[in-house]
Amino acid sequence: MSDAVALAPRAARLNLGGWWVAPPLAVLALLFLYPLILIGRAALIDDSGALNLAAAWGVLNSRAFLNALINTAEIALASTIGCVILGLTLGLILAFAPFPGAGLVAQVIDTFIALPTFLVTLAFTFLYGSAGILNGALTSGLGLDHPPVDFLYSAWGVILAEVTVYTPFVLRPLLAAFSLVDRSQIEVASLLGARPLRIVRQVILPAALPAIVAGGSLCLLLTVNEFGIVLFIGAKGVITLPLLIYSKAIQESDYQGACAIAIVNVALSLALFSLYRAAARRLGG
Amino acid sequence: MLVWSLSGRALVWSFAAILLGIVFVAPLAVIICASFSEQWNGILPTGFTLEHYRDAMNGAARDAVYASLVTGLVASLLALVTGAWAALALRARVDQWAGALGLLFFIPSAVPSVSVGLGLLVAFSQKPLLLNGTTAIVFVAHYVLISAFAFGNISAGLSRLAPDYEEVASCLGARPAYRLMHVTLPLVAPYLVAAFGLSFALSMGELGATVMVYPPGWVTMPVAIFGLTDRGDIFSGAALTMILVVVTLALLIGLERAPIRSAAPR
Repeated sequence: MSDAVALAPRAARLNLGGWWVAPPLAVLALLFLYPLILIGRAALIDDSGALNLAAAWGVLNSRAFLNALINTAEIALASTIGCVILGLTLGLILAFAPFPGAGLVAQVIDTFIALPTFLVTLAFTFLYGSAGILNGALTSGLGLDHPPVDFLYSAWGVILAEVTVYTPFVLRPLLAAFSLVDRSQIEVASLLGARPLRIVRQVILPAALPAIVAGGSLCLLLTVNEFGIVLFIGAKGVITLPLLIYSKAIQESDYQGACAIAIVNVALSLALFSLYRAAARRLGG
Repeated sequence: MLVWSLSGRALVWSFAAILLGIVFVAPLAVIICASFSEQWNGILPTGFTLEHYRDAMNGAARDAVYASLVTGLVASLLALVTGAWAALALRARVDQWAGALGLLFFIPSAVPSVSVGLGLLVAFSQKPLLLNGTTAIVFVAHYVLISAFAFGNISAGLSRLAPDYEEVASCLGARPAYRLMHVTLPLVAPYLVAAFGLSFALSMGELGATVMVYPPGWVTMPVAIFGLTDRGDIFSGAALTMILVVVTLALLIGLERAPIRSAAPR
């Protein structure tokens, strides 16, 4: 039967080919590609409509932009590392030392993907904010005058929130990869006297490496693009590229500056996207 | 099974429980508690109240729920139509362009949402297409951002279909349109439903592009929640967040239970 399928002429499958892709492509071009091109154009033209490269160059040389770029990179890298570590830890336990109900827990973590990212930030206000549970417990328990925990309104608050939100994106491919690891290999290794950590390092991790790279690069892309968490934390010193674009355009009405920064942000995201695609292809192939 | 000893297992499991508790359970639990609380100054909240939910049922918050539901519905349906169309059209192509075109439909998911909003603002603030300040620009922004996910879901579903049924149908003389309506689309129905659910959930939580383009009369739930918390009204923000979460999860679970199953034998 499979031979017959393989030999059947491809044209017999569906005659929807050819130009049938044109209508959705036209919609994509009008609503996505055309605005993207106009961002590039608006970055180079000032309010009077004249070509003005100096203004765009000035924005990209400004302290605010460079700080945002560094913040974005640092937060994205730290969050991704955190996601990979937490994802690996939880994945290993859920797959290789499963407790009763581990499957359900994995599913519940998976639904976090569908929830808005700022939910976690709002929750952190109640948990770790200056009037939050942790500070309340510490001040009343230790008799302190002012709240001792003060990381929420810094880059660390953003990083912790992003780790919570994006760990499921690492966990999902990891659990899929772990389910393919041959259980008898693990049993043989442990019968031969290998300690759990050695089995993890020499048997499980090599098999899961493509999934780690794919999940990690997706995390990197999503954390570079993250907006809601940074906006909700609203810390003065924590401005990332998307937040800077928002404040330039909406609060300062400086569209040319916003567009110049957007070009850099989009280019960075597209580079990370191709990294992710390459990693995902290796995972599939 | 990696950990064999009972004490080792107990250690690993309690570690997992603490980790899961701090990272995933605590945030959801405090949001739920806060949405029912009058005050929260110490370790535990004080005063049970339904006032935040009552507030959400009338006035600005109710408008936000309505705006989010309509936006999600319109954008998801549009994304479903163009996503299915593009996936079906690309499936039939076997030339070297098919891969590149498929990638093109994925790209909106990689571009930061704020930049998508900025682009729409720049492009449609001028004639001939003047959308700035209308509800339509919010629909468009959500549509662009979720279209890639809808396309990806449907493509993945189509690639899993065995071509047998469609080939039998065309051997029996079914015309392409008939085959599409009566064979292919029913076969991919579960993936269409899943794509719709994912699109709707993403639209409900969308913030970055919406804050760039929304007109004053069309405030979606995430924008309203930000407005509330920014003014310091975090309890009402928590209640509206809970409504957002419950609506999203109810829709996802409802769609999962929907009596739409693939006709293909497993």
